[in-house]
Amino acid sequence: MMLDRLLKTRDWLLADGATGTNLFAMGLSAGEAPELWNAQHPDRVRRLHQDFVQAGADIILTNSFGGTSRRLMLHNAHTRVGALNKLAADHARAVADAADRPIVVAGSVGPTGDLFAPLGALTEAAAVEVFVEQMEGLKSGGADVLWIETMSALEEMRAAATAAARVGLPAVITASFDTAGRTMMGITPERMAEATTALAPAPHGIGCNCGVGASDLLVSVLAITATRPDAVVVAKANCGIPQVRGGSVEYSGTPELMADYARLACDSGARIIGGCCGTTATHLRAMRQALDAHRRGARPDAAKLVEKLGALASPPAREGAVRRSNRRREGV
Amino acid sequence: MAEDNIDLAALPDDDLVGQMHDDLYDGLKDEIEISVRILLDRGWTPYKVLTVALVEGMRIVGVDFRDGILFVPEVLLSANAMKAGMAILKPLLAETGAPKTGKMVIGTVKGDIHDIGKNLVAMMMEGAGFEVVDLGVNTDVERYLAAIAEHQPDILGMSALLTTTMPYMKVVIEALKGKGIRDDIVVLVGGAPLNEEFAMSVGADAYCRDAAVAVETAKSFMARRSNSHAAAV
Repeated sequence: MMLDRLLKTRDWLLADGATGTNLFAMGLSAGEAPELWNAQHPDRVRRLHQDFVQAGADIILTNSFGGTSRRLMLHNAHTRVGALNKLAADHARAVADAADRPIVVAGSVGPTGDLFAPLGALTEAAAVEVFVEQMEGLKSGGADVLWIETMSALEEMRAAATAAARVGLPAVITASFDTAGRTMMGITPERMAEATTALAPAPHGIGCNCGVGASDLLVSVLAITATRPDAVVVAKANCGIPQVRGGSVEYSGTPELMADYARLACDSGARIIGGCCGTTATHLRAMRQALDAHRRGARPDAAKLVEKLGALASPPAREGAVRRSNRRREGV
Repeated sequence: MAEDNIDLAALPDDDLVGQMHDDLYDGLKDEIEISVRILLDRGWTPYKVLTVALVEGMRIVGVDFRDGILFVPEVLLSANAMKAGMAILKPLLAETGAPKTGKMVIGTVKGDIHDIGKNLVAMMMEGAGFEVVDLGVNTDVERYLAAIAEHQPDILGMSALLTTTMPYMKVVIEALKGKGIRDDIVVLVGGAPLNEEFAMSVGADAYCRDAAVAVETAKSFMARRSNSHAAAV
């Protein structure tokens, strides 16, 4: 498998930048589904992949984050899951194959947006079917690996991993630790790192993407690399925070900040480093240059991350804060 | 694991209310229903049950949610327990004409199906005594405007979980301005990728980091509103 081969010969690999936010800059409008552009504007989707490859990406993610039937439903495109995902992989594949160096095509798979039973209606078994449908499309378009990202619930990670195994492609799983150092569903990076060891076959990479800020994300990376020193760990942080300038959304992260982030991600033990929302090809080029000139250094601590990249956007609960005890549980 | 041997009916009012706060915290729906009925039977007004038992209980839940101690799964269970209690109180509150904190129209913006956070806000707002009109997910500007015209809310809440959908908030706020009704309504926005600066730049009144903050913010706007109304009279 291409990803594993590259990981054997290289200390780190560069993943790409943002898909959605860059497509906005190319004319996608608010509320529109990026996945529909695979059919409507193949030229623009390919140009984005091409820009990332030229900026130095080793791994490019397909434009299929919201490509499950659960999410395409609201654009009335749930009957086109197979076709839209195949096209998404086709576009990335074409750009990868035309490149003069090996490029991994990673089929992006985002969360369904549904709560899992018993909190919500979606069962794990039903979710597996939803993911299989999307992943079959990505596979038929030539994805090398399935890139399960921005996850928050363990059930959903498990369902997606099960689906990937059924489709017969290796998986990488990353979660979004955006709430006080945990996912929205309360999963710590340590727990995510441990829980993924129970998956068979084991994911080829685990880690973090999106979230709230580069410092927060790298604190999660430190926790994962400490828990699983054996794992290939992924860091894909947002490019600062979103701001509206004129009519468009821009991210506050500069290329210099993303270069610092890339070096620190490397020092934190990440082997696959990229950017998430807001990361343009210009940022990615700065990250590539930074990594090319960098030698993996001493493991930073949280204080060093904050010093270099800014304060935590969503700091963890204060030391010693725990759930309230109560009479019923104490049995009074 | 819950100790079922607590005889709720045997607890004096103060202890029962304390127990209800604990049971809300633990998301014990059946116990909340039983306790609400006990307090009503003891002659408590529906409004007092709502505020002293449920609203206060959810406030405690909200504090620990805000502080990163409780997360979405726990708070959803708490909110469901609160809702079960509310379902008993709602018809009684309507009969007795109990005071309303305010009215809110809420929805997840167009292109976005994420409603976990939005539902939490809706439930916590109800728990705080607000009347909530929930437009669901994938709400386009026409549906927001129609609901505002119909329900005349004090507050509009918009939610987005995707960086690709949050710019739609600006579309809605611009439409409010276009209709000349922007200043009639407090606009609160929230969702994982948002931040204070973003909220300000799209023209919202406030960014609410989570459901607990949304309730606090809504209450403070309502207080300011009634002060300025009083001053104007």
